[in-house]
This record gives sequence, C-alpha cells and structure tokens, in this order.
Amino acid sequence: MKNLISMRDISKEDILKLIDSANKIETGKVKVDMSGKLAALLFFEPSTRTHFSFETAVKKLGGNTFSMSGTSSTSVKKGETLADTLMTISMYVDIIIIRHIIEGAARFASETVNIPVINAGDGTNQHPTQAMLDLYSIQKTQGSLNNLTVGMVGDLRLGRTVHSLAQALSDFNPTFYFASPRHLQMPAYIKDDLKAKNIKFTELEDIKDVMHTLDIMYVTRIQKERFAVLEDYEKVKDSYIITKKLLEGVKKNFKVLHPLPRVNEITKDVDDTEYAYYFQQARNGVFMRQAIITELLNLEKH
Amino acid sequence: MKKKQLKVDPIKTGTVIDHITAGKALQVAEILNISNSESEIMVGINLYSKKMGKKDIIKIEDRELSEEEAGSIALISPTATLIIIENYKVVRKFFIDVPEKIKHHIICPNPNCITNIESVPTLFFLAGKNPVEVRCSYCEKKYFIDDVKFSF
Repeated sequence: MKNLISMRDISKEDILKLIDSANKIETGKVKVDMSGKLAALLFFEPSTRTHFSFETAVKKLGGNTFSMSGTSSTSVKKGETLADTLMTISMYVDIIIIRHIIEGAARFASETVNIPVINAGDGTNQHPTQAMLDLYSIQKTQGSLNNLTVGMVGDLRLGRTVHSLAQALSDFNPTFYFASPRHLQMPAYIKDDLKAKNIKFTELEDIKDVMHTLDIMYVTRIQKERFAVLEDYEKVKDSYIITKKLLEGVKKNFKVLHPLPRVNEITKDVDDTEYAYYFQQARNGVFMRQAIITELLNLEKH
Repeated sequence: MKKKQLKVDPIKTGTVIDHITAGKALQVAEILNISNSESEIMVGINLYSKKMGKKDIIKIEDRELSEEEAGSIALISPTATLIIIENYKVVRKFFIDVPEKIKHHIICPNPNCITNIESVPTLFFLAGKNPVEVRCSYCEKKYFIDDVKFSF
C-alpha cells in the first residue's frame, strides 16, 4: 500500500492486515518508531475530530506534525493551484494527510506528490480511515467480521461513513437492515454493488422490529437541513432516536456505533449501558490511524 | 430482380462505421474530428436497417481508426461495427468493445469533482455495460453514458 485514498482500492487482505496491526499497536505487542518524521495535516475543510485523531496518532508514534485548517490564511487564497501547494509541502514532510471539500482531491494529491497520501475525507466521496476504524471496532466487539447482522440507522443517503462501511463489510457476508426516512435511503449505486455481491439487505422505516437480531447498530445523524419542509423533519425525527428502552432484549454481544458528533440521535441514558461503544470507537480510531501511517511509511516495528 | 441500391456511395479504401445508434452519427463524427479532415467522408443518418430499424453510418476514405478512437465510438454507440474496406472489398468486419478505461475524453458531470477544478485529465472506468455506465476515478460517482459530455 502506497496511499490510502478509497475503500475501493483496499482488498480484504489489506483490511485484515491493518486490523491486526492496529491490535498489536493497541496491546503494545509492537512498538513503532516514527521519530524524525513529519506529517502534514492539510485540512482544507476543517474537522476538529478527525484532525485531533490523526495528530494524536502521529504523536503517539513519536512523529511530528504541522497543520493547516481552512483555506483562509493559505496560498490557496492567493490563487495557487492545489497541485503547487501540495508539491511544495511534499518537499518538507514524509506523509500528507488531506481533507478537502472537493471530491477526488485526495486521489489527485496522491498522483501529484511522491510521498504517501492519506485521504481524511473528500467531500461526499470517501473517508477510508473512518471505515477502517469502524471495521476495527466491529472486529474488537464481535471477535470477527464474518456473518454479522448490521443495522444502519439515520441519514443513509448522504452519510458517506455508512456507504464505505456497507461496501467494506460486503466482503464478509453480512446481513444488513437499512432504516431511514424514505427520502434518505441508501443510494442505488450502493445497493447495486450489494446486489452484485449477493448481500442480503432489507430497507425499513423503523429499526424496532429487528433490534433483537442485530449484532451491530450503526447510527448516523439526521440533519434538519436535509429536509425541504420542516414539518417532514418533525414527523420522522423521533423514529430515529435510539433510547435505552429500544435496547431492551437485544443480543448480548450487541453494540451501538456512531461516527460522532452526536446531537440527540442517541439519548444520554444509552451511554451507561454495556451496548454503548461510540467513545471507544473514537479511541480505536487512533490505533487504526497509527497502523495505517505505519504501513504507508513502512515504519520499523519492534 | 430488384437491384440493391446503396443510399451512401461505396468507398474504395478506408473504414465504414456501420450500425451506429440512430441519431449518434454526428457525435461519432465529432470524436473522429472529421471537420478538420481532408478525407472524403459520407454520413448517413436514420437509414433503414433490417437489424435495428434505423441506423446511422459513416464512411471515411483512406483512414484507419486508432484503438482509442474505436473505443470512444463504442462508448457512444455500443452497437457500432467497423468494416475495413480495401479496393471496394470488405477485408475485416468487427464489433468494437467498450473500453475498460477511458482517458481524457469524458467530462465529469460532478461540479464538485477535482477534474473540474484543477487541470487534470479525467479518467473513467467502465461500470456497467447495458446500458453503458462509467465511474469517475476521482470523485467515484457513476454516470450513464448518455448523461456525460465529451471533449475531443
């Protein structure tokens, strides 16, 4: 692996290898040394959470970072092309981590520079490190990625995390339940990919009836601004709120995942149950990002 | 006996692109950049075809098509056949395969795609055959071939 741009480029073997590596880093079985190396965190589109997670990952490996957030104070504002900005920065650092509102920016970056590039989110397209940390969280809580029943709840149309996760899991024979308001359903191109791989999936408007069958429930936020008519939002918003009561009678191994930030879609009382896993999930993100950086930079392991 | 009448004159040596989807001949002509060509060219539109009902046809004197040109034609009209003529005789006749990879020629319809912002040639992959669908290698969005624009 030279870059991490899209889950489309990643094989099942790559996934399993990165999970194994993240696990070894987390448990201290391997120590990785990134000292003397520098990562550029280029967040043309600001994102505090992902930014901090990457920064933590680099620093825990012993490396250093420099950061950019937003485009207001940069050469971008002066009219420099993205290619020139990237090329110049690549002369200073060992790896580029890029988030950009423009779709395809990360792939373009990887073709422009001669150092490894990690996509930290490109518009509505890909966010592969999120998908990888989701897979790592699922592996850790379930002991395997194979043959799981996974419910996805919320805005499935525009949520790129659920798209990447559905695609990534499709190599592991899952059963999916997609619960969303009608106009925020999983897009046709994702469903086409799943059909082509003979993956079982059912679309519902309410997750309630299948709760007892789920191993994982992946919740995303339904944003008010996605609704043209506010009345429609008011009508559906409560059907997609996960409460402690909803979790009665779920399987023992059941876990709730969420990419965060959450607003009100998981109530506070869920946090204290054994099923809440979203904060550990965020923690897992650091280990997974450490594993990805280690792999791309071919860092020495001890 | 009824004499077989050709609506478009035969050529001596060159290429015939036959069975073009009716109405697509001008788009094919654009790919081949024939407005800048010195060759003799005949274009037939909405001609009767036993197989297709209606078809378009282009005959070009003294020109062989590159593989890339042939591939681009297949994108626009997957039914097209190429006929190579030498001395008024058909020497080769074949279907054209839609290429797996298309460089440069498709403009990505996604305004938020990097290829519409930085100067970078587009690259599309074949994503479906019937109807033809292509996927942008950058923004990864998938489009029906009828929904994209070309630049040649």
